[in-house]
Amino acid sequence: MRSSLRTGVHTTGGLRTDERTTSGAANGGAPLRIVVASGKGGTGKTTVATSLALSLAAHAARPPHFLDCDVEAPNAHLSLFGAAAVGQPVAWAQREDVPILIPQVDAAKCTACGKCAEVCEYHAIVVLGKKTLVFPQLCHGCGSCTLVCPEGAISETPRAIGVLEASMTGDGIPFARGLLNVGEPMATPVIRQLKKWAMPAEGVTILDAPPGTSCPVVEAARGADYLLLVTEPTPFGLHDLRLAAAVAAELGIPAGVIINRDGIGDAGVEQFCANVGLPVLMRIPFERAIAEGIARGRTLIDIHPEYASQLREMVAQIAASVQE
Amino acid sequence: MKIAITAAAPQLAAAVDPRFGRGAYFVIVEDTNPPTWQAHENAAVNAAGGAGSQAAQVVAQQGAEAVISGDFGPNAYLALAAAEIKMYLLGDSKTVAEALANFKAGSLTQVHAPTGEGHHGGRA
Repeated sequence: MRSSLRTGVHTTGGLRTDERTTSGAANGGAPLRIVVASGKGGTGKTTVATSLALSLAAHAARPPHFLDCDVEAPNAHLSLFGAAAVGQPVAWAQREDVPILIPQVDAAKCTACGKCAEVCEYHAIVVLGKKTLVFPQLCHGCGSCTLVCPEGAISETPRAIGVLEASMTGDGIPFARGLLNVGEPMATPVIRQLKKWAMPAEGVTILDAPPGTSCPVVEAARGADYLLLVTEPTPFGLHDLRLAAAVAAELGIPAGVIINRDGIGDAGVEQFCANVGLPVLMRIPFERAIAEGIARGRTLIDIHPEYASQLREMVAQIAASVQE
Repeated sequence: MKIAITAAAPQLAAAVDPRFGRGAYFVIVEDTNPPTWQAHENAAVNAAGGAGSQAAQVVAQQGAEAVISGDFGPNAYLALAAAEIKMYLLGDSKTVAEALANFKAGSLTQVHAPTGEGHHGGRA
């Protein structure tokens, strides 16, 4: 599975473009779900993910879907909706609340036996004397308390913790994102719901994952065909890349690396990738023109149009490798 | 009356622990003459979340009518208030015994609202 991608490594210096192969892979058919993740924040996940989607949209009969799973701070729409998104909110075509089910205790039926409190992993329901108290913000909505209550005193009511929003971009990319309500501690249910709501059964989907390596990232990556790890060649990038690569291994998802800000730092990332057999699929140089463009809200392929074909070629290689 | 005091060690002479939900021990003093006491290790110390509500449950199960600690977050406050347990701040008290003496002297401030912002799943 990795062998063809290794070839990709060696050709990254000057990836040749073959539009026929590329559009073949990016068009409809079997689903190809690529999750862009990093471990470390600020490495360029969204920069890569959005340009990846735009480059595919420009050349495929059916543009890829895009899911912004960074629900604590989703900002991919700024790049994908272009000027319309800067300074004013996107007019979402579809919106839907993300509820979790919170227990509600019928005091008349409750005998304060404490079974619900015992089963709750998150101490979201506690029994104090004769009172059973629910802490909605601690509740993960698992429903265990309802199941174990011998009196049938617990019912469940939905409580919104975030919202899902979707619209078509000007480039024809079906875009959806999750947004966690401010002050809510749990991102995972929003990501899970977003994927249920907007993930197509076929074709290419690009998912922009949140930073980190814990539950939200795992939820975004679950079921992916490929994990694209964006990193930078610094000790910090390497440290977090190790963790992200471990997540990919744990989930059994093939992964490859994009080195952003190539040219800074040291050779640690390169060595690590070689040692563990992680293919380096692309290098984006540390360059003033890119930094200035991104700082003004431009996309990578707007700054360097030649990257579009490289990105398409990369997706074609990924598609070929996962279909093997 | 039983009074629960958050402590760094299971002794009357121990330093107080200013945290409620994640305090190391609860020293529960029965206000008799001489006072009798028992120490309980706080199982909620390493809870992923909900340390405040869990600790409140423990204190309530021990039959405490008052708690003395340095901080009561929103969940701890809500739970203790529901159990009708009075909450007092440690003030200058350095040890469990001092906190008890200050409580008996009536010099501790009673709390009528959460004093902290909560920590949601162990976040700082």
